[in-house]
Amino acid sequence: MNKNLQTLTRGFLKENPVFVLLLGLCPTLGVTTSAINGLGMGLATTFVLVMANLVVSLIKNFIPDKVRIPSFIVIIASFVTIVELVMQGYAPALFEQLGLFIPLIVVNCIVLGRAEAFASKNTIGASLLDGLGMGLGFAFALTILGAVREFLGSGAIFSIKIIPGDLMLVFVLAPGAFIALAYLIAISKKINKTK
Amino acid sequence: MEYIIIIISAIFVNNIVLAQFLGICPFVGVSNKISTSLGMGGAVLFVMTLATIVTWLIQTYILSAFGIQFLQTIAFILVIAALVQMVEIILKKVSPGLYQALGVFLPLITTNCAVLGVAILTIQKDYNLMEGVVFAIANAGGFALAMWIFAGIREHLELMEVPPIMRGVPIALVVAGILALAFMGFTGIV
Repeated sequence: MNKNLQTLTRGFLKENPVFVLLLGLCPTLGVTTSAINGLGMGLATTFVLVMANLVVSLIKNFIPDKVRIPSFIVIIASFVTIVELVMQGYAPALFEQLGLFIPLIVVNCIVLGRAEAFASKNTIGASLLDGLGMGLGFAFALTILGAVREFLGSGAIFSIKIIPGDLMLVFVLAPGAFIALAYLIAISKKINKTK
Repeated sequence: MEYIIIIISAIFVNNIVLAQFLGICPFVGVSNKISTSLGMGGAVLFVMTLATIVTWLIQTYILSAFGIQFLQTIAFILVIAALVQMVEIILKKVSPGLYQALGVFLPLITTNCAVLGVAILTIQKDYNLMEGVVFAIANAGGFALAMWIFAGIREHLELMEVPPIMRGVPIALVVAGILALAFMGFTGIV
């Protein structure tokens, strides 16, 4: 039980895919103009991660070693297509906002990385938990980054106005993404060191 | 004239790395030295142009022709992965010199979202084949330019005294942020 809990929670701080492992930086920087966008992207990636981990660990014994990576990519791409279609149908506004980055979940290193490094070697249950933990850690990081940028840029979090008027608009634009992420990584380094 | 607008817009105004956030992993990962960053830029130029041509043909003559556009993501990523493998094998046989220069970077490019991103953007923008090729070359040029400037700054950064907590990736990202700020100056010229 304890080990399972560890699998689930290590994605948050100790092995956070964004702040510590530095994987999947493109969507991290690209979509986090607001907290809600970050959360939406994070949850979409979580779904793909969990399902890809599940299927990979289910069929790991049937895939010949040589065509391992291409088959993983096909599995991942199928779930990304599902996410794409579902989102287009039920959350068109969010789909519009995230745009190009939804199909790009396919090339997100975290998803292929977990399938290859974890799901292809572990049991179904552990792979599910691992996918969930890593995915939620990713969503957590994106939401925090989105919230920080939204707050510094427009004084709001989740579109709820906290400080009236515009603040430093640059944080909603491209340069702010790099700078905000730089400081968040530095802070998470500090936290992990003191622990 | 149209082509010139595409080129200027892709390299300066909507720089693929600094404004669109595609290809960040190699941008941060292999930008320690100017020489490796240029090698990566060359490899991306090569693969991105080829991939855009092939995916454009597939989209037009297979996916659109049979009304199965929803398979775009799966089809494109498979084509790009296969293409990279093929390029690697062909280069090894035909031009060992070029393979020596680009070889190490080629496998990395499959998971470079810039390549898939540009292929999808070409379709989304409704470019024809020629415009798509120009768009791909210009974007690769923008990628190489950003890598080159970034690597140049990082080489100097090695000699600076950076606070320990900011060393490595954080300071590199701050530099990228300032670089993006500089590129924002091009906004509005096209």
